[in-house]
Amino acid sequence: MNAVVLASDIEVAQNISFGIIAAIMIVGALKVVTSKNVVHAALALVLVLAGASAQYLLLAAEFVAVTQVLVYVGAVMVLFLFGVMLTRAKLGVDTELNNSNYLLGVPVALLMLGVMVYVLLDGFGDTRLPADRQPVAIQELSDSIFSPYLLPFWALSFVLLAAVIGAIVLARKD
Amino acid sequence: MLINNFLLLGAVLFCIGVYGVIARKNAVMVLMSIELILNSVNINLLAFSQLHGNVDGNTFALYVIAVAAAEVGVGLALVLLIYRNRRSISLDELSEMKG
Amino acid sequence: MLAETAAVATSGWFLEHAFLIPVIPAIAFFVIIFFGKRMPKHGSEVGIASMLAGLVLAVGATWQWIQRVESAGGADEGGAIARGMYGFARGLVPQAAEGKAEPYVEPVIRSWTWWQSGGFEFSVGQHIDGLAVMLLLLVTFISTLVQIFSLDYVRGDRRYTHFFASLTLFSAGMLTMVLAENTVQLILGWEIMGLCSFMLIGHWWEEQANSRAALKAFFTVRVGDMGLLVGVAILFGAFGTFSIQETSRIAMDPATSQTVLLWAAIALFIACIGKSGQFPLHTWLPDAMAGPTPVSSLLHSSTMVVAGVFLVARMYPVFYNGFDIAQNGNSANFIAVIGGITIIIAAGLAFVQSDIKKVLAYSTVSQLGYMMMGLGVGAWTPAVFHIFTHAFFKCCLFLCAGSISHTASHHSFDMRKDMGGLRKRMPITFVAWMVSTAALCGVPFFSGFFSKDEIIDNAHHNGYTVFFVIGLIGAFMTTAYMTRATYLTFFGKARGAAAGHSDHGDDAEEHEMEHAEPLDDHAPVLAMAHAAHGHDTHDTHTAAVAHDAHDAHDSHGAHHKPAFGLAEESPILLVFPIAILGVLAVLSGYINAAPFGIEKFLEWVEPRGGEYAPTIDHATFTWAKAMPSIVLVALGFVVSLAICRSIYGEADSKLKGLTQRNASARAGYAFLANKYYLDALYEKVIVHGVAHPIANAVNWVNQNVIDGIVNAVGKGGKGTGEWVYRNIDQTLVDGTVNGSGSVARGTGGALRPTQSGKVNQYGALLFGAAAVAALVLVLVNT
Repeated sequence: MNAVVLASDIEVAQNISFGIIAAIMIVGALKVVTSKNVVHAALALVLVLAGASAQYLLLAAEFVAVTQVLVYVGAVMVLFLFGVMLTRAKLGVDTELNNSNYLLGVPVALLMLGVMVYVLLDGFGDTRLPADRQPVAIQELSDSIFSPYLLPFWALSFVLLAAVIGAIVLARKD
Repeated sequence: MLINNFLLLGAVLFCIGVYGVIARKNAVMVLMSIELILNSVNINLLAFSQLHGNVDGNTFALYVIAVAAAEVGVGLALVLLIYRNRRSISLDELSEMKG
Repeated sequence: MLAETAAVATSGWFLEHAFLIPVIPAIAFFVIIFFGKRMPKHGSEVGIASMLAGLVLAVGATWQWIQRVESAGGADEGGAIARGMYGFARGLVPQAAEGKAEPYVEPVIRSWTWWQSGGFEFSVGQHIDGLAVMLLLLVTFISTLVQIFSLDYVRGDRRYTHFFASLTLFSAGMLTMVLAENTVQLILGWEIMGLCSFMLIGHWWEEQANSRAALKAFFTVRVGDMGLLVGVAILFGAFGTFSIQETSRIAMDPATSQTVLLWAAIALFIACIGKSGQFPLHTWLPDAMAGPTPVSSLLHSSTMVVAGVFLVARMYPVFYNGFDIAQNGNSANFIAVIGGITIIIAAGLAFVQSDIKKVLAYSTVSQLGYMMMGLGVGAWTPAVFHIFTHAFFKCCLFLCAGSISHTASHHSFDMRKDMGGLRKRMPITFVAWMVSTAALCGVPFFSGFFSKDEIIDNAHHNGYTVFFVIGLIGAFMTTAYMTRATYLTFFGKARGAAAGHSDHGDDAEEHEMEHAEPLDDHAPVLAMAHAAHGHDTHDTHTAAVAHDAHDAHDSHGAHHKPAFGLAEESPILLVFPIAILGVLAVLSGYINAAPFGIEKFLEWVEPRGGEYAPTIDHATFTWAKAMPSIVLVALGFVVSLAICRSIYGEADSKLKGLTQRNASARAGYAFLANKYYLDALYEKVIVHGVAHPIANAVNWVNQNVIDGIVNAVGKGGKGTGEWVYRNIDQTLVDGTVNGSGSVARGTGGALRPTQSGKVNQYGALLFGAAAVAALVLVLVNT
């Protein structure tokens, strides 16, 4: 009895938490693209990224969720805030954050959304995720990275190296 | 739990990101919008990974995070350089590519 | 277990652990880089120690390999099949070759998984056979000697530690390549060498010319390296393995497609052309002489540049079957043609050089041509043997040149300006030089004779008549230009720096002095001296000051002690390696001295057994067949020397006359004038009369054709563009355009706003287009 109740309960609980987090994320994302204050936008982005991390947990991807927190919320956001400060964007309200023809974005985004929603509903109408989602074992993940996908990993290492060198070359003052 | 929950969330985030890329003038804001797009992709990757019971999606989600970090690094360096040269990071003013 | 193995084919600790030979210098490299500067000898001791350790291991491996070969031979007589008993990862059990006189000696192969990706497994390991053992011994030995030589030669250099680090890393790379078990590992070693070559040529990178030479070498070789990647990819794609042994086996399989082998061989050989300085890409090698002399000696003459030859020798079945070398009377193939052209062209260029190192560099190119030609005509063993002998005598020649410049000619390499008459002053260097020159020319009973003559003989034997003739011409030219170089360096009268004239303002001296950075506390004095050297105005006095300072931080007091023009023999650390190499320049040939029936090298090194290596028919040596080359060598020598002698004798008498008639004050002037006259005459007789037309033509080809091809491509492109503009654009297109001009203007005006130059707008277009495309796809598919 316990098990039956548990399965559906978990399902419901998952749906509810998903809905709440998704709502927060969407609001945050909208805030990111509409806010008139750069710092507020950055903080809204933190919200979205943290929400994404929570969604990863719902998808039983623990390691990716933790990495998301560490890399995005930790490092990338700090980088963004530095970028905001160093470029001396006004900390207060900036009415000119949108460009002259920002309205062009609305139809494009809506068209895209429409197409994607239609395709997704059509293609995955009632496909369900497995109810008993097991967390991805980190060992499995590392095996995957370091044996079948080693080559992309190397390529990525070079990309990071190039990015580091490129960032230094670009940003140094001489 | 429907997989479409996650996929639709991803689609919404993606489109919001696209709107941001198109509408924002501040280069830093454009970079933030790109982060939104990348995250929506990650949600999709992980959802499909779970659907197929395959760890590959997780692997590539990690790769995407790493690429995003590199992109932000270089992107912000570029922004700094542009700022240093013209005291502004408004993309509207960067129109030397005009045809 | 060992006893059991010994009965069939002895292996042994050294053979099984040969992989340690590159590992030790690799570790030493990091030690030197990180801790070298704080060490008492600034890291050089670590480098030399690692090379010595490698040498010891290599000697052990050589000894055990010889035992293995001999025991395999013995076992075969008993009817057993030679076979490695260890279950090495890739050790394939050779098929029985009963009744064959020459048993197959299983190479000692071990491999470990390096990394795997997407189902592909890459391994590192060792593939120890005769060829690998020979090169392991050679590389460790020469590296050790060169590092000892460098102790004094670059002493006080600003980047002394880095120099030794690079030399050590180079050795690690070469050794990695030599014992590579698979092609990926081979590429690894190959690239490490390329990198070290770049670092060492540009060692004195403050000089614009040096850094340019380094870049030139790097990029030229890189052009060829593309071929290596492509070739390895072709082989892997076709055969599905990186293992060299497995590749050889498949290449020997008659069922294998010859087309695949042909393309793979062409691609791989392009890499060899780059690395070994073969004809179209040879231009980097002489420029590479901008590096310090030990580097030229180690990398650009005796070891690194033979990497290309080694690659051909290592993957010989691919080339052998790809180019169909076996076909007697086939008369030409890619390898042989390139090798043959290289021999003649490089030898011709050697006549017009006045820089002693450049003469040797062209000589190296020419000798590499011999090796390639040998491989191209099916003379595997003589070609590989030529690697062996050439390494000793060419390394010796370069070290002699370094010794001369270091001690006698005040860091100049100009034979015509700063050398001459050194034979009495530097007796050991002189003797070593003469011996090595004799070996290089192929004088009988010196090592080069036994290898080079075998190549020529086998070319004839295998039906490649053209290349037989080219080999003979090459032998003649080699003798002639080496005689010239020897004459200019050691005979005649001392000139320039060798005679004690300090103010020749030579570039080489300039920069070598500038880089003699103090490691001790003589900095102020040196700084002053360097400042004096900075401009060209320094007279004898300031130069002497500079030299005192130079001496002050040198530990060897004998160096430059008297009026430094009066050269004495170089310090012991310089002479010691030269002497050893000089001895080996004679003796190394006797491992495989065909005239005396000694064919140990053949027995130990040549792979046998038809499954992994082609069975090659060898020419048998007879003195009658060797006669043409001996005669030509003698002819070249005698002609060249006779001309030198006559000029020299005449000038000497004139000089005596002048000295008797005039005051001693004018003697110097007369001497100088006479010297100039001598040089002009020498040039006229030998260079203009005999070699200048050829050499000039070759030089012209070098300068105009090869460099010109690039320009021509550019010009051709431009010409085509102009033609298109004139004929098609102006008449045809313009007519159409004018006709549709109004339409176009209208459209353009409509589209113009989209080309705003604004990133966001472009982004909107991009995403919009993607969305529309997706929509269209959805609609089409439903």
